[in-house]
Amino acid sequence: MSLADLFTVVAVSAGAVFFLAGTVGLLRFPDALTRLHALTKADNLGLGLVVLGLLPRVDGVLGGLKLVAIWLLALLAGAAVSQLIARAARSPGPRG
Amino acid sequence: MTEALNVGLALVILALALWTVVARDTFAAVVGFVAYGLLLTLVWVQLRGIDVALTEAALGSGLTGALLIRAAARLRKTESAARAERPGVLTRIVALLAAGCVTAALAVAVLALPDPAPTLAPETADNLAATGVGNPITAVLLAFRAMDTMLEAIVVLFALVGVWSLAPDRAWGGRPGPLQRADPDGILAYLARALPPVGLVVGVYIFWIGADLPGGKFQGATILAAMWLLAVMAGLADAPPVSRTWLRLALVGGPVVFIAVGVAGAAYAGAFLAYPDGLAKPLIKVIEWALLPSLAVTLALILAGVPERTST
Repeated sequence: MSLADLFTVVAVSAGAVFFLAGTVGLLRFPDALTRLHALTKADNLGLGLVVLGLLPRVDGVLGGLKLVAIWLLALLAGAAVSQLIARAARSPGPRG
Repeated sequence: MTEALNVGLALVILALALWTVVARDTFAAVVGFVAYGLLLTLVWVQLRGIDVALTEAALGSGLTGALLIRAAARLRKTESAARAERPGVLTRIVALLAAGCVTAALAVAVLALPDPAPTLAPETADNLAATGVGNPITAVLLAFRAMDTMLEAIVVLFALVGVWSLAPDRAWGGRPGPLQRADPDGILAYLARALPPVGLVVGVYIFWIGADLPGGKFQGATILAAMWLLAVMAGLADAPPVSRTWLRLALVGGPVVFIAVGVAGAAYAGAFLAYPDGLAKPLIKVIEWALLPSLAVTLALILAGVPERTST
């Protein structure tokens, strides 16, 4: 096992741990805001570590940039949607 | 290892499908359906059907999911009343028998398939060169089975007509959907400014690459429609009144070009939708370029919803 392989295994495993912890938090935390807090850890750190771990395995610079772009887009979407959900959860207005 | 992953994926999908069917709450069932579609995307990736995976993610899960969420929100007011009505024993027995018969017929049909399953893949591969395109899926969709694709493009137009036909008389020809009042400095407005440049590039890229690699007009058009809807939802743009002439022209433009190419094929190449020798690829490009904007506008307007506001 080369150093790059070891790096991939460690980083992707660490990412999987964050996904697992985020899912446990999503299921166990008591209200919407804390559940969002758990979810962002899975999205941001978990996916980030998985992408980081896969970077040594891509064919070229373009493939690596695409992977990083996927992570950045997930960050953008995750942060925006979390804010929207949090605002909807806090506002007492009608739902639906 | 991959085997275990596939079996796990199949089990989760079956469980999710069952849950979607038995969930009593409409919104919960819709959420289950969207998750089911995303997992199905993974199955298509595993089967090397990247084109189908893209379509499932964009249309099957994304667009259909958004439509169903809107429908669930509309049904919310009447849902508790509808749930209180329990069908009679006879109705439920008939429904059970009907569902059981359909399942049994499907099972018989699948089990009766010859082994190896009949396939046209070798014929497609042999004749791929005649079309000039590199992606066999595109060759099937726009040359060998172009009629199906033409009817699909027309069907989504009919779906839009169906949505519009729900409009109340006073709003006929008006702007679809409610007026969106989002905070102009809020996060949604920020996302609607930051994401569309990326989304437009990705959408056009997926369309552009479709001739030779997985991708195509339906998937690209869905992404373009989503970007436009994001701007509408954030209050940065408003949906145009559906009576606008340019809008109607954009809607019918793609199908009209498709039919015109088909009729020209009948005149010059001997059959409806046949391409003359050597002209297959340019004609496919013409059809694709004409369909992309039409599909994007049609899908966006289906999602934008029923005309609710008068055009002034």
